[in-house]
Amino acid sequence: MNTITLSFIDWLIILVYFVAVIGIGYYLKKFMGTKEDFFEAGRRNSAWVAGIAFVSANLGALEILGWTGGTMKYGMFVSHFYWIGAIPAMLFLGIYMMPFYYSSKIHSIPGYLLLRFDEKTRILNGISFAIMTILMSGINLYLMALVFYVILGWNLNLSIWISAAVIGVYITFGGLLSAIFTEIIQFFLIWFGLFLVSVLGIVELGGLGNILNTLPQRMSGLWSTAANASSNEMGVTWVGIVLGLGFVLSFGYWTTDFLLVQRAFSAKNLDSARKTPIYASFFKMALPFIVVVGGLVAWKLQDMGQIKLLSHPITGGEWNDTALPVLIARYFPTGLAGLGITALLAGFMAGQAGNVSAFNTVFTYDIYRALFKKDATDEHLIYVGRVITVVGVFLSILTAYAAMRFNTIMDYIQAIFSWVNAPLFATMLLGMFWARCTSAGAFWGLILGMASSFGMFIGINFGWINAAVLTFSNQPSDMGNNMWRAWWAWLICFVATIVISLFTKPKPREELVGLVKGLTAESASIEEPWYKRPAFIAVVALAILIALNVYFW
Amino acid sequence: MADKKEGLKTIWYFAGIVLTLMGALVMLAAIIDLFSSTPQKTVLANLHPGLWWGALMLLTGILYLIKNRGKVVK
Repeated sequence: MNTITLSFIDWLIILVYFVAVIGIGYYLKKFMGTKEDFFEAGRRNSAWVAGIAFVSANLGALEILGWTGGTMKYGMFVSHFYWIGAIPAMLFLGIYMMPFYYSSKIHSIPGYLLLRFDEKTRILNGISFAIMTILMSGINLYLMALVFYVILGWNLNLSIWISAAVIGVYITFGGLLSAIFTEIIQFFLIWFGLFLVSVLGIVELGGLGNILNTLPQRMSGLWSTAANASSNEMGVTWVGIVLGLGFVLSFGYWTTDFLLVQRAFSAKNLDSARKTPIYASFFKMALPFIVVVGGLVAWKLQDMGQIKLLSHPITGGEWNDTALPVLIARYFPTGLAGLGITALLAGFMAGQAGNVSAFNTVFTYDIYRALFKKDATDEHLIYVGRVITVVGVFLSILTAYAAMRFNTIMDYIQAIFSWVNAPLFATMLLGMFWARCTSAGAFWGLILGMASSFGMFIGINFGWINAAVLTFSNQPSDMGNNMWRAWWAWLICFVATIVISLFTKPKPREELVGLVKGLTAESASIEEPWYKRPAFIAVVALAILIALNVYFW
Repeated sequence: MADKKEGLKTIWYFAGIVLTLMGALVMLAAIIDLFSSTPQKTVLANLHPGLWWGALMLLTGILYLIKNRGKVVK
């Protein structure tokens, strides 16, 4: 059963989007003269452009549909992923970590690992990141095709190939700058295309207060139900939220995932790079007004028997991820329906483009140049970047078809984040803030952290390890398991890195200048008035974060 | 290359073009529906969301176009 029928004008709106992204890619092609142009967008973006691209790179449709559906299951707890699970890490990145990243003129996160530690640590992270991005891109591609097949009846193969081809074309033309331009367009489309769903839902249901007051207690609080794991739908206490999500998962993702940090590298100077994640934090904080409010509206309407979610084409059960498209069908007439679908389409495509542009940079610099051609010229690297973009798109398509065959692959993909990013955060933290941290400590700590996270995942899934031992809860959800596993993986990597470092030889301090706190000249925005400085803007963001948490306690 | 780089239009200009075109189309659809003998029956259709939301989008787009016309990224 298709939910939404598109008219001629709706199709015209979708066409405008496709023509715009390919046209922009073509327009940008002539500005791609050096490798910095192609892989770092020429380091010419303002903090606003880089900031919106930063938050948009994380704002794939997978995230929007997934968390709107997730709200129907977990309620207000989903806001933790947008607030405590994002904002402190983004501000930390801007204030403390960006000076080391940006000033060292690296092209990628593995590039930092090379300068701070050694080649093998860089290649270990480069390969794991490249695999992760391609898997994510393919899964995204598959889910996009699946969503559009269910809600619009579009052909699965056609959706996969057309969207992959469009992404391949515009990234090949304009590199990172194309991806960033498309992310800005996507940002506008998501707000204009989807925020109205929440507004109309609130109007129909008589106000946000009315919706919140009628939610079951297990779903209505942020912290008021976090004292006991059995009091909320996520099955996790505030300790798990703060340590697992707020600290390890969040910091691991927002401060070390190159897909995001690459956007800040495109900023025109250090000051703009520092402001990139700080500006982005304001937009991130606002997103629950689309995602969580949309999910609450869908929950309420379903509870009243007013809407029916679509069935998952493989499992046959109710598919929570279709909540937002069902609401689009309920509220959006012709024109708006096309806009809503375009917003989802843009979200999916920008999500994949982000993965592909990060993949081509890491592959070109940290795998190809490091292993095969250390003396490559700019022209050669751009050529390799373009070729590998096409290869990356094809690999994404293959992953998409693999995902069709393996129904549960998405669960494993989520787990990969905690295998790769959680231990990496411990390595980066020690690398940036502890000069005594050694290359051997970082490499073996990272290996132990990744292996232990993988081991815990396998152990819990095969019943060899009792999840309650790791999570301190008798009924942890998958999400609760992820949070605690990330915490333990981080801790193991952190402790192992320290212990091994104490028994091995550190790099001379003069080699660490610009890479470690205390040995790096800090940037002070002395030319700007106090209210424009990163630290002050970060304090404002923190104050809003606290106010939101208190208000929705 | 330098002269070409000076001519790079800002992304806000492109965002303006997209918002203007899409806003106009959303508004157009709403106006057609307003005069249609068989108007659509979406929930809250009486509020004509396409009309005012399309207008808002169109205005935002025009604003971005005017503000960023001729601006280039150095």
